[in-house]
Amino acid sequence: MAAHAVEEHTHTSASKYIQIAVVLFALTALEVLLYEACFGHLKESMPGLASSLGPYFVQLLLILSAFKFWLVAMFYMHLKFDMKVLSWVFGFSLVIASVVILALIALFTYNRTLWWIGGVKW
Amino acid sequence: MPTPHNTEAAATMTTAVIDHHDAPEHEEHHSSMPIDNRKLAIWTFIGSECLFFASLISTFLVYRGQSLKGPGPKDIFSVPLVTFGTAVLLFSSFFVVMALNGAQEGNRKKLITWLSLTVLAGCFFIGMQVYEFSHFYHEGMGYTTNLFSASFYTLTGFHGTHVAIGTLWLATVLKDAIKGNVPKEKALNLELAALYWHFVDVVWIIIFPVVYLMSLGS
Amino acid sequence: MATTVLDPTHAHAAKRSAVVEWLTTVDHKKIGILYGASAFIFFLIGGLEALIIRTQLMKPDNTLVSPEMYNQLFTMHGTTMIFLAVMPLSAMFFNFFVPLLIGARDVAFPRLNAMSFWVFLLGGLFLNASFLMGAAPNGGWFGYAPLSSRQFAGGLNMDFWVIGLQILGIASLAAGVNFFTTILNMRAPGMTLMRMPMFVWMTLITQILVLLSFPVITVALIMLMADRTFGSSFFSWAGGGDPMLWQHLFWVFGHPEVYILILPAFGIISEILPVFSRKPLFGYSAMVFSGAFIAFLGFGVWSHHMFSTGMGPLADSFFSLMTMLIAIPTGVKIFNWIGTIWGGSVQLKTPMWFALGFIAMFIIGGLSGVMHSVAPADLQQTDSYFVVAHFHYVLFGGSIFALTAGGYYWWPKMFGRMLDEKLGMTHFWLMLVGFNLTFFPMHFAGLLGMPRRIYTYPAGLGFELYNMMATAGAFLLGISFLVFIVNVIKTWRGPANAPADPWGGATLEWAIPSPPQEFNFPKLITVHEKDALWQMKREAGVSRLPEPDLVSGKGIHMPGPSWWPLVVAFGILIFFIGFMMKDPWAFPFRPVNILGFAITTFGIFKWAYEAPDAHAPQH
Repeated sequence: MAAHAVEEHTHTSASKYIQIAVVLFALTALEVLLYEACFGHLKESMPGLASSLGPYFVQLLLILSAFKFWLVAMFYMHLKFDMKVLSWVFGFSLVIASVVILALIALFTYNRTLWWIGGVKW
Repeated sequence: MPTPHNTEAAATMTTAVIDHHDAPEHEEHHSSMPIDNRKLAIWTFIGSECLFFASLISTFLVYRGQSLKGPGPKDIFSVPLVTFGTAVLLFSSFFVVMALNGAQEGNRKKLITWLSLTVLAGCFFIGMQVYEFSHFYHEGMGYTTNLFSASFYTLTGFHGTHVAIGTLWLATVLKDAIKGNVPKEKALNLELAALYWHFVDVVWIIIFPVVYLMSLGS
Repeated sequence: MATTVLDPTHAHAAKRSAVVEWLTTVDHKKIGILYGASAFIFFLIGGLEALIIRTQLMKPDNTLVSPEMYNQLFTMHGTTMIFLAVMPLSAMFFNFFVPLLIGARDVAFPRLNAMSFWVFLLGGLFLNASFLMGAAPNGGWFGYAPLSSRQFAGGLNMDFWVIGLQILGIASLAAGVNFFTTILNMRAPGMTLMRMPMFVWMTLITQILVLLSFPVITVALIMLMADRTFGSSFFSWAGGGDPMLWQHLFWVFGHPEVYILILPAFGIISEILPVFSRKPLFGYSAMVFSGAFIAFLGFGVWSHHMFSTGMGPLADSFFSLMTMLIAIPTGVKIFNWIGTIWGGSVQLKTPMWFALGFIAMFIIGGLSGVMHSVAPADLQQTDSYFVVAHFHYVLFGGSIFALTAGGYYWWPKMFGRMLDEKLGMTHFWLMLVGFNLTFFPMHFAGLLGMPRRIYTYPAGLGFELYNMMATAGAFLLGISFLVFIVNVIKTWRGPANAPADPWGGATLEWAIPSPPQEFNFPKLITVHEKDALWQMKREAGVSRLPEPDLVSGKGIHMPGPSWWPLVVAFGILIFFIGFMMKDPWAFPFRPVNILGFAITTFGIFKWAYEAPDAHAPQH
């Protein structure tokens, strides 16, 4: 792999890395702006934006971070150019990790809802 | 130029150029895939770490809003500070790919410059976290104050520990590089540390919105 | 031996004392033997605990042990058997045989392999040292909060458990990374994934389970330790925490752990049945995929351990359904094993008897498992002896029968000696009868309502006969393993009589001398088919290949021994012991933790900069 990676790196060298760094930074700025627009300092000055983006705040944040995550994994960690097996190792772990997070959140939310409704706990 | 998955040629070249710290034999090492053992191992470890952080993040999320008393995230988080720390960590990921680029080109000066910047960025992030934690502590949020504090400190504290280990690892490679012990053929030594470093970075890419922004919003 | 081994490491090793050699070895075969020996001793300790438990329960209102002692005994019995006996006994086979089966000279990271073993051993000794302090863990192998929290378990007892399991987790994770890499990357030329022996496949899947489930228990243990040591309230209602989160995290780990215990057993059985039926494994690819399917589903069924916690009908139904699904791939495996024997030329040697015993016993355990998957039925069975019967049928009737089968099958390869067939058969029949006598009556005791984990029971509830039978069976089981020990001692004193290929094997380990030389394969073998050795024999037109020669191994470069894995393992142990320290050794300085951390870091640095053949002279 090393020989092949060296080849690739001479192709995808510094300029590509810089572009990605710029995108990553812009996305982070967007995340913070989104927060400021929905809940922070910008809320008062732009109430229309806040009320239209507010309900989708969490979803938008997750999409933005997922994109950043993907950029780093694909280009900085070279998954795009490396052997497929590495993508499988990482991808499968991520799938199981997401399943665990989502399932635990679902289980606890569901259980607490049953508690709140009362009477239908069993 | 070998095609990406040309096994035999690539395997031969891999074994020829890579220093096997732990491979059982040098002359006749056979790899069933054209990939170095250490690289596969670090990815496997990273896969395992996904579940480690998934459990910590689950705990944080399950306990969101369950604390019996304050302070809560809204009383304590400061967005500008942590945004700055996030940016530094993102940039350090960029620094380390540039360093790796230098190592793979055999450009020692480029390697040392960018790697030094990475180590500095790592130290800066740790410094930011130490400042943040001590600030929170003085605001009255100790580890055992409530569920939020305990799950927040555990999650970000373990991330910080990973940053510290990564910084130490990169600093060790930097020391080797300064001594001239990271030539082109040993770029993998840096690549392994860099992969770990990027992983620590992507974990923060999740933690920043999920822990900070989402706790402040909604 | 006519030839002397000329490879540098070996020549050097001759100058080192035997103790030093074993302490610093990085040879996967030696590490395998170390795993086996330690795990067998822990198995005997766990067995002794079981015998005390059974003696206490032999008759109603018995007073052999106090309730407090009983809690410690059943907790340590479970913890020992799972983490210190079955897992490391499987690890013995991974270590010794995975490199041989894939035609490699060693694992991917020999020193990491040594570290795994030392961390495991020190962790196991640490857990058992609790008995010396009169404070063995007493909250069950599942350590349910708040029974394991500071409030209800104030002493050192559960500290030992919480810390011991974290130490053992490190050993498992390191081994997981190592074997995953080894199997994917160190296969002999031509050994594609779908030509790998089934044991290697099951090992690979087991490592995936280890890698993805152990981090979860590690996090749970860290939080429990924080509750106990630092006073947080992750799992305490008083601080807003939820003990249910402990149960969920524990079983997110705990259910894959069950497959970590049984999949290696499936692999062993899938090696033995074809060899003693003289027929290739029936449905090879179905076996691979059903193994992978079991592992994948294994991450989606954990809450079936928690039906009685009131998760609600939707969650109960979901986990019931997922659990029932697992019966399908497991059934596929059982049919394929039977299909392998069907029409074969069956050779009824000891390993084959144990393998057949495994199939029968595992079917019984599997069926009672399906009964548990039905949530309403489980509410009746949970926490009763019916459950105890079920999981012993899969863990003992499954894992231990298969590991014993593997022991008899591979013993000649490991030690160069054939075990005695007559004593082996005695062992088998005593074990089969003893096992069923112990655990079958527990089904009835459980259905009559006898709860688990009680130290005694009053007369007149109908439990007496079943408990008496179980106790008698337990002693029979104990005797069966004494027969095994006698067998080992007897044959050890005899000549080294094992040929390279005593059973007419199908896989590469039988192509080399018994026991194998340090470098395993003088020349790397190129594999062309599944059952590589059978194919080689067919090609040569013989039923047995000629006895392989011992060769000098000159020029084969093997990794040198190293002290650093042992040093790092000690550092890890000391680091974790630091968390038991209460004031004045505690916050903010925690000197013991810092010392342990310093030793670990020092060891890792020395290790990283140690040349792989540091102790071997130049050649």
